[in-house]
Amino acid sequence: MYEKDGERYFIVDSHIHAWDGRPSNQANRYGEGFINCFYDYHRNLSPESELWSLKEFWQQSEERIMHDLFEVGYVDKAIFQPTYLTDFFVNGFNTTEQDGALAEKHPDRFIVNGSWDPRDGEAGLDRLEELAARWSLKGIKLYTAEWKGESKGWKLSDPWSYRYLEKCQELGIRNIHVHKGPTIYPLNRDAFDVADVDDVASAFPELRFIVEHVGLPRLEDFCWIATQEPNVYGGLAVAMPFIHSRPRYFAQIIGELLYWLDENRITFASDYAIWTPKWLVESFVDFQIPEDMQGELGALTTDVKRKILGLNAAKLYDIDVPPELDVAPEPTDSGEAVGSAPKVPA
Amino acid sequence: MNVLAALGTVRDPELDEPITELGFVSEWSVDGGHVVVRLRLPTYFCAPNFAYLMVADANDAVLALPGVTSADVKLEDHFAADAINAGVADQTGFVGAFPEQAVEELTELRMTFKRKAYLASLDRLARKLDREGKPLPDTLGELADCAERTGLLRRRADLGLSCDEAAPLLLDEYGEPIPVARSALKLRFARAVRVSVDGNAAFCRGLLTTRYPHGAQHADTYAGGRG
Repeated sequence: MYEKDGERYFIVDSHIHAWDGRPSNQANRYGEGFINCFYDYHRNLSPESELWSLKEFWQQSEERIMHDLFEVGYVDKAIFQPTYLTDFFVNGFNTTEQDGALAEKHPDRFIVNGSWDPRDGEAGLDRLEELAARWSLKGIKLYTAEWKGESKGWKLSDPWSYRYLEKCQELGIRNIHVHKGPTIYPLNRDAFDVADVDDVASAFPELRFIVEHVGLPRLEDFCWIATQEPNVYGGLAVAMPFIHSRPRYFAQIIGELLYWLDENRITFASDYAIWTPKWLVESFVDFQIPEDMQGELGALTTDVKRKILGLNAAKLYDIDVPPELDVAPEPTDSGEAVGSAPKVPA
Repeated sequence: MNVLAALGTVRDPELDEPITELGFVSEWSVDGGHVVVRLRLPTYFCAPNFAYLMVADANDAVLALPGVTSADVKLEDHFAADAINAGVADQTGFVGAFPEQAVEELTELRMTFKRKAYLASLDRLARKLDREGKPLPDTLGELADCAERTGLLRRRADLGLSCDEAAPLLLDEYGEPIPVARSALKLRFARAVRVSVDGNAAFCRGLLTTRYPHGAQHADTYAGGRG
C-alpha cells in the first residue's frame, strides 16, 4: 500500500522474477548475453540512485526480494512470471519451481504463474496439468522467443499452442501473459509481430491475454488489436521506467493506451529485478501528463492511477482489495471497451 | 571517396534513421580500393533480420563507390554475427545465412517497415499543420514546402506511391486514398506509429550509449582513414 497526499493506493506488481543469472548458471554465451542485455536495460533506464553492480544484478537473495518489494516497495501482491530459458541457463533462468519456493514461504505475498511451450507436445500438456495442480495456477507466462534446440521461437497461433490454450481454459487458467521476445521463427518476419495475439484473443474470448511491455516495440500494432479485442490487456513492464528518463515519451505511451484501450486494461509492473517497484510507484503517483500535452492526451486522475497500480490486476487474479482502497464501481461493464476506445470498422 | 556519406544512405529499417546517425558504425577505413567497416548494435539480441539488412545494405553501399574494389563489412558483438557476416560476404542471402530458420528473403519485412515509416511521416506533417492551425490540403501540390513534406515525399517514393503535384495527400500505406469518414481514425493510428517509431529509436540510442559508453557517437569522431 502506498499513501501520498491523503490518497491511498493498493499495489499489485504484475511482473516479477526470482532469477539466477550467475555465471555458474550460464550455459553458454547466449545466457551471458541475455543477463547482460537485461543489465543494460537496468543501467539505461534507472535513476542514478537505483543502480546496482552487475554482481548484485545476477541474483537476489530472498531477503533482498522481500525488502525491495514489500518492506520498501509498497507492493501488496507480486506476481511471478517465469522465464525458463533452459537453452541459455543450466537450471533455467527463472522457473515456476524457483519462484514457487519463495511463494510457499510467503503465500500471502506472491502469486505464482506457470509456463508452457507448445513444442513439448503431449508430454507438456501433462506437465501443465501437474503444474496447475501443484501451484493452483491462475496465470501462465508465455515466451514466444524461447529457443529450443534448432527451433528459435513459436507463435500463439500454432496448432499445438491452441491445444495448450484449450487446456488452460479447461483448468481455469484465464490469465495468459504474452512476452514478445527478440527472435522468432521464421526469422524473415518481424520478430515482434503481435498479430498472433489477435488470432488467439478472438478464438478464446474467455481467456485474457496480457501483452507484456504493452507490445513494445510495436505499441501501435498492440493498440490496434487491443481496441478490437476486449480480452487483450497491456502490462507496463519495461514501459514503466521511461517515467524517469523520458517522461514525455512515457506520457505518450500512457496517452495511446488510454485512447485505444481504457484505464481498466492496463496493469503496473516493475519487471523486478530489472527495476524496483519503490521508485516506479512513487514516480507514477507523482506523474502527470505535461501541461502542453494535456489538450491532446488528457490528464491522469487519481482513480486511473489506482486502477493501473493495482486494482486492474486484482480483478484479473481475484485478489481481495480492502474496501477503503477500492474505487467506486464503474457504471459501465469494464469487460467492454469503454472510454475513448474507438470502434474499428471491420 | 566518401565512405561515411555512402554509409549514411543506409537506414535502420525499423527505426527509419541512418545507421551513421544512430551510432551503429563503430569503425571504417580505406586502404587503396579496399574498405573496412565495423558495425555494432544496441543489444546482443537485436533482431537478426534487421541486422542482416543493415550489414548487407552497408556492404552494397560501399561497393557502389567509385574506386572501391573490395569491402570487408562486419557486425560485431551480436549473437548471430557469424551467420550474418558470412551470409553477406558469400552473398548467400538471408535464407543462406539462416538455412534452418528463414523461409524467404526480407523483401516483405522491408516493406512492412517502409509502410510504418510512411505513416509516421504522415503524422509528423499532420501535427505540424495542426500546430500552425492549417487544414490538411487535398493534394501534394497544395502543400507548402517544409522538412515534413520532404520527408513524406521520400517515404512515398520508397513505397512507390505517387509524388505528383495532383496526387491526393491522404493515401494509406498501400497507396489507396483514405476516405473522409476514416481519415480521423487513420491519422490517429499514424500517430501511434510515430510514437512507437520515435520511441524505439530513442530507446535504441540510449541502449547503445549504455553498451558502448566510450564509443564513437558522431561522424567526426570515427576512427578511420580520410573518406
